[in-house]
Amino acid sequence: MKTINTYIIALITGMIAISCSSDDDNTPQVINEDEVITTVRIQLANSIGLTTTLESVDADGDGPNPPVFSITGEPIIENTEYVGSVTFFNETVTPAENVTLEVIEESNEHQVFFTPASGLNVTTAYGNFDDNGNPLGTAFTLTTGEVSGGNFTVTLRHEPTKPNTGLADAGGDTDVEVTFGISVVIQ
Amino acid sequence: MKFFVILCTFMCCGNAIAQDCTYSLTGYVIDLHDQETLADATLSIEEGGRVIQTDAKGKYTFKNLCQGTTYSIRVSHPSCDAENIKVTINGDTERTIYMEHHLEELGEVSITAEAPKNAGKTAVESSLSTEDIQANSAGSLGDALNQLSGVSSLNTGNTVVKPVIQGLHSSRVVLITDGTRLQDQEWGVEHAPNVDLNNAGSIAVIKGAAGLQYGGDAVGGTIIVNPRRIPISDSLYGETLITGVSNGRGGSITSTLVKSYNSGWYGSFQGTLKRFGDFEAPNYILSNTGAFERDVAVRIGVNKYSYGVEASYTLYNNELGILRASHVGSAADLANALNSNTPQVIEDFTYTINPPKQEIKHQTAKLNAYKRFNDIGKLSFQYDYQQNNRLEFDIRRDSEDVRPSIDLELRTHSATLDFDYTADNSVVVKAGIVGRSQTNFPDPSTGIRRLIPDYDRTDFGVYALAAKTLDAWTLEGGVRYDYNYINAEKFYRTSFWEARGYDVLFPELVVEDFGSQLLTNPEFTYHNVSATAGAGYDFNDTYSLTLNYALSNRAPNPSELFSDGLHQSASRIELGDIRFDKETSNKVSVALSRKRTNWSFTIAPFANYISDFILIEPTGSQQTLRGNFPVWEYRQTDARLLGVDVDNTFRVSEHIEIANQLSIVKGQDTTRDLPLINMPPVNTTNRVTYTNEKWHHLKVWVESQYVFRQNEFPDTNFEIFIVEADQNVLVDVSTPPDAYHLINLRGQLDFDVSNRSTLEIALAVNNLFDTSYRNYLNRQRFFADDLGRNVSLQLKVNY
Repeated sequence: MKTINTYIIALITGMIAISCSSDDDNTPQVINEDEVITTVRIQLANSIGLTTTLESVDADGDGPNPPVFSITGEPIIENTEYVGSVTFFNETVTPAENVTLEVIEESNEHQVFFTPASGLNVTTAYGNFDDNGNPLGTAFTLTTGEVSGGNFTVTLRHEPTKPNTGLADAGGDTDVEVTFGISVVIQ
Repeated sequence: MKFFVILCTFMCCGNAIAQDCTYSLTGYVIDLHDQETLADATLSIEEGGRVIQTDAKGKYTFKNLCQGTTYSIRVSHPSCDAENIKVTINGDTERTIYMEHHLEELGEVSITAEAPKNAGKTAVESSLSTEDIQANSAGSLGDALNQLSGVSSLNTGNTVVKPVIQGLHSSRVVLITDGTRLQDQEWGVEHAPNVDLNNAGSIAVIKGAAGLQYGGDAVGGTIIVNPRRIPISDSLYGETLITGVSNGRGGSITSTLVKSYNSGWYGSFQGTLKRFGDFEAPNYILSNTGAFERDVAVRIGVNKYSYGVEASYTLYNNELGILRASHVGSAADLANALNSNTPQVIEDFTYTINPPKQEIKHQTAKLNAYKRFNDIGKLSFQYDYQQNNRLEFDIRRDSEDVRPSIDLELRTHSATLDFDYTADNSVVVKAGIVGRSQTNFPDPSTGIRRLIPDYDRTDFGVYALAAKTLDAWTLEGGVRYDYNYINAEKFYRTSFWEARGYDVLFPELVVEDFGSQLLTNPEFTYHNVSATAGAGYDFNDTYSLTLNYALSNRAPNPSELFSDGLHQSASRIELGDIRFDKETSNKVSVALSRKRTNWSFTIAPFANYISDFILIEPTGSQQTLRGNFPVWEYRQTDARLLGVDVDNTFRVSEHIEIANQLSIVKGQDTTRDLPLINMPPVNTTNRVTYTNEKWHHLKVWVESQYVFRQNEFPDTNFEIFIVEADQNVLVDVSTPPDAYHLINLRGQLDFDVSNRSTLEIALAVNNLFDTSYRNYLNRQRFFADDLGRNVSLQLKVNY
């Protein structure tokens, strides 16, 4: 009996010692998410040097604040061909990470889709392709038709089925989906 | 030497006869455990070779013994370990001899091995035998428990199977393995219990919080996994179970080897290996659903006459694939998946497990000891250390990046001291204290914000239980107090902190401001009182009725408190709340039983009223750069769960038995007057078994399992904009799938290979007709059908 008591006391003491010693952990370090895309920037330029920038920024990622949309530069004009580029950034880290480079590097696993709403008179064409010759879309051309307005959605899919006929049969996971309300105006 | 001793003894006795050999030795042989006298115990005096037996009242008498002489008496009884005592005669001598009658097996070393019998007298309880467990050797604990009425499971695919007891799961179900409360991050719905089923000898489920010695927060119930018992004898034996399954094209092998000695020393080793490739639904392969499990359990100990010590170590190691098609990037992807009849990703069969997957390692090291005191009881002590490592791998944008998305390490030290009063066998009194210290460490190297924060937790509990049997009545009651303290270090997004108003409510919690994130130090203290009271009445040998009331309190878990962002594997934003208070359950259970070989049944209705019940449900959607995400928020409400479990067995003839089970649960949010989400649908299982003991113990059964459609559910559908359709689409996440009916078969035979070895062969077919179905409680139901036909062949060798 005595030995058992001694034994129990020793173990309890040991446990308390162990549990107390775990309190000296350091303060946890902050994690700046490296998977997040906070900024999507679409730059359009026409042959006479007029440029337009569409940007959507969601600084808090999955946090409660919605993305902030902005359209800056010259208005988009009718019956014009624009050379476009899509860039993705993670601005939660300093310096900001250009995620586009990673998308281009793994071009076979990514594709950017452009979806103008039915009322919007624009067409797009892919400007760059992956290693297998399938569309990638970080570079593209946008051709405007008559004056119109409507939603223009840019989607980045990860591991889509390639080749595909569009978003509907592309599958994969959505990494980016931003919708801008744009207007094509008179020249 | 021996000759010399005998010679001396004779000389001594010879002298004694010459002196005064007219005295007697009398007394009783008594069971140390329950104080009952033992009839037919054999006593032999080594000196002189006299042998007698105790009479019907356990009394013995030796006559004509010599004054001042010390006799060696060997006492034995059919169900006891023999013992030797020495008695010195001083006049007519009386001596009471205590024997350990009850202790036939070594499993007693486990503190809780006998506890369900004592503590759950009036609580509603179901259990699985070794045979039931072994039939599910290749499956999981949840699969095995699914056979019990009132127990269902919440699945993520077919390898993550979480037990649901009368509608409640996760932190509301306490799991005790070999006397240790499992600390394996049980809060997550996609976290299955980290237990190797094959290490269990029997499993008991207490439906409700009546198992107070295990914890006061078992609002749902307690699952008690007991180890196999080891007999006290000089023996070396083992068992190997090999199961091959067609669905998953894999199987499992599990082996146990036990060595024991008459001296009470024993050791056992058990190992399990399971390997499966992709499982299959009737019409397609469920890509990336394989599993690879490796488990080891070692026990070593000694069980002496009145004390015992055991040291044990278990390792559970599992790698589980999560259905590839269930990984979606946004609500639009989820809508696409829901509107498609087949999974979005179907690849060729493979054993390779890719992300999304889980890698789990759970280790338990334990030391326990007990000491029995004559006329008082048994004192047990246990110390255990558990380390749970959980890695969850998601599909990353950069496929070269092989880091897990979640990397958690949970370390827990526990010490318990329990006392069992056993002097009077009509009374049970148990009391104990438990202390626990826990640390959670989420590794920041994942590069993804922590789902569960760093925290230290301290628990302290004290309980006392008592039960008394009076003729046909059994009365019991118990009370427990728990103290929980959580000290967390949590990073919040500044935007969330402010949107929630925490900046106004809890400015003092902020430790450091990192701009877009805040380091906070929330601390929580809970004082919980739980209690149970029950009464049982045996009408006659056939019928009995029990009534049990249990009050339990559960502190919110880390996921309920701290969730604040995207839960990638669920593709939803989950939001917890640090303002949550504990939830309180008042549960009344009744059971009416009939026990006869021709017809036995149990009808067990229950009512569980839970105030401040914490649930998670959709509350809207949130716009991000990835499109819209559904937002699921935890909230507290008042809930009512009503239900009944029915078990019914008819023995039609010597060979044929029909068994029927029915479970009904109805859950209601009484504050909003809406059904509760994820309540198990009504289900019934009927089984016809044919047995023929004479022909190789033949046993064949046909089982019909019918699961009704859940018609009571809250409407949590939401609308989102689908770009390619250019319109809003309803995302139907609430409508339950249709009812389904599965037929299962199993047949088994025993063969004697030699006089020491037996071979058992069993062939089973699950989902015989390859029925396509989806299960409401399977999170994978949005994406794919459940398992198709599975043929398994099992070989069991005892040696």
